[in-house]
Amino acid sequence: MASKTYTDRELMVTAAASEIEDSDTVFVGMRLPLIAFQVAVSTHAPNSMAVYESGVVRDSPADGFIHTMCDLPNLNRAVSTTGMIDIMSRLQRGDVDVGFLGGAEIDRYGNLNTTWVQGGEQEIRLPGSGGACDIACMADRTVLLMPHEPRRFVEEVNYVTSPGHSSDGSGRDTHPQAGGGPSALVTSKATFGFDDDGELYLRSLHPGVSESEVVADFPWEMNTAEDVDEGSVTTTAEPATAELELIRTFDPDGFWT
Amino acid sequence: MRYYMTGEVETIEQAVSRIDSGSSIAAGLALEHSIPFAAGHELLRQGTDDLTMIGPISDLLFDQLIGGGAVSRVRAAWAGNVSAGTGYRFREAVENGTVDVEDHSNFSIALALKAGAMGVPYLPTKSLIGSDIFERSDLFLEESDPFGGDQLALVPAIEPDWTIVHAQRASPAGDAHLWGNMGITDPAVGAAENVLVTAEEIVDPDVIKSDPSRVGITRDKVTAVAECPFGAHPSPVAGYYNRDNEYYLEYSTQTKTQSAYDEWADEWVYGVSDREEYESLVERELGITEPTIAAEVQYGQ
Repeated sequence: MASKTYTDRELMVTAAASEIEDSDTVFVGMRLPLIAFQVAVSTHAPNSMAVYESGVVRDSPADGFIHTMCDLPNLNRAVSTTGMIDIMSRLQRGDVDVGFLGGAEIDRYGNLNTTWVQGGEQEIRLPGSGGACDIACMADRTVLLMPHEPRRFVEEVNYVTSPGHSSDGSGRDTHPQAGGGPSALVTSKATFGFDDDGELYLRSLHPGVSESEVVADFPWEMNTAEDVDEGSVTTTAEPATAELELIRTFDPDGFWT
Repeated sequence: MRYYMTGEVETIEQAVSRIDSGSSIAAGLALEHSIPFAAGHELLRQGTDDLTMIGPISDLLFDQLIGGGAVSRVRAAWAGNVSAGTGYRFREAVENGTVDVEDHSNFSIALALKAGAMGVPYLPTKSLIGSDIFERSDLFLEESDPFGGDQLALVPAIEPDWTIVHAQRASPAGDAHLWGNMGITDPAVGAAENVLVTAEEIVDPDVIKSDPSRVGITRDKVTAVAECPFGAHPSPVAGYYNRDNEYYLEYSTQTKTQSAYDEWADEWVYGVSDREEYESLVERELGITEPTIAAEVQYGQ
């Protein structure tokens, strides 16, 4: 196989961007989603709109690299710079189509932990929720992004910062939360969906990655698309040349990607 | 306790000296934008301690105050370093139990302050339930909507002793123009007993009155006003300077242990007497090179 012309994180960005549909209102979080929205709105989703919990609303990429949603290029020529209650109210009313979340730990139902993890004998304190719990509870669907590291995949998360689906097989039907819950997980090796019971299944493998290698990283028997009648496991699309050019424009030094 | 303004612009030393040890302080309210770092560093220099810090994400400000031993309690949704992830002083203090954390989501801290600002005891939300932020906390209650039946989380009001805001410009009376994203500035100002405004510029009241739609804080809430150019560095201020991203990455590597933090603080906090001297430590060019001039707005009659 020819050597890859892109990094794992660049592929995660384009896979995440492909989860954004045209005309979506997108709740954009920190890190890779900052780049993923800019790629999506520049390619297949020109009518999508980004809302950021800081109060920023955008319909176009920032004209300059951004570390955070509040860097001046993200404020400059925004659609609006409003406040958090305005943005979170849109989320609570059900007006946000998709939100992005990350996590230090995930279980099979998409519960995420970004607060406390166990490191050997010691509990390690992480920064916490930020807006993640709110997005997880109230967005119509969420897309989860995390590096593909076996220690992150657990039977039970140490702390539910961001609720996923119910563990009784009812997805979000009996869940106390208003939003639709997780719809996809993108790691640095594969993408996953959630079946009707709200459980993860393997959807696509990134080029060069084997199914046996991916499923072995989970402490439970990972279903595949075949197992849950969702077609077959496919190969994740590689970033197109135009997408890579955009990523490298938005993140010229590869800080995030 | 509510203090009253002297009616004069103060130095930041004078303004911050009004804040007693043991106070609760909301700060970092516009998330990564316009964080009042100068006021925070002045709190450290004055040795004000036993503080309860309230805010959504705080970025580095809470980490720095914790490193300096000023904080007993944090009521926040996220505390760390947005560029690098971990805030090592926060992490160590929480793991060692020297700082108590009340975990929130961004919306719950926003609603708590909004309830305070509205003068109601709590506000309901569809967020939180199903998370351990809710399950492991005694703060929130679950109730069914008396009109419909949905389960809701009730978020009790928070009323900080002080809210600190770094504004672009303010009048000597404390009326302030803010622009750029607002985060939870408005509810935090409304909920506070006292508001300290630090501003890039103190301007003639006529400047503020020429554009009342841009006023984010009015004088009736304000206890102290200080002129403090560069007062939000390393965070960005729309119209004034960009975020100093490298500073956040350097701070992360420089504060992994308490002794390393102490060295850092000796240079950046205790080693400077005022913000002008502080500015001389910053080598990177952060000025705005591509200004966007807003279209002129006309009021009148």
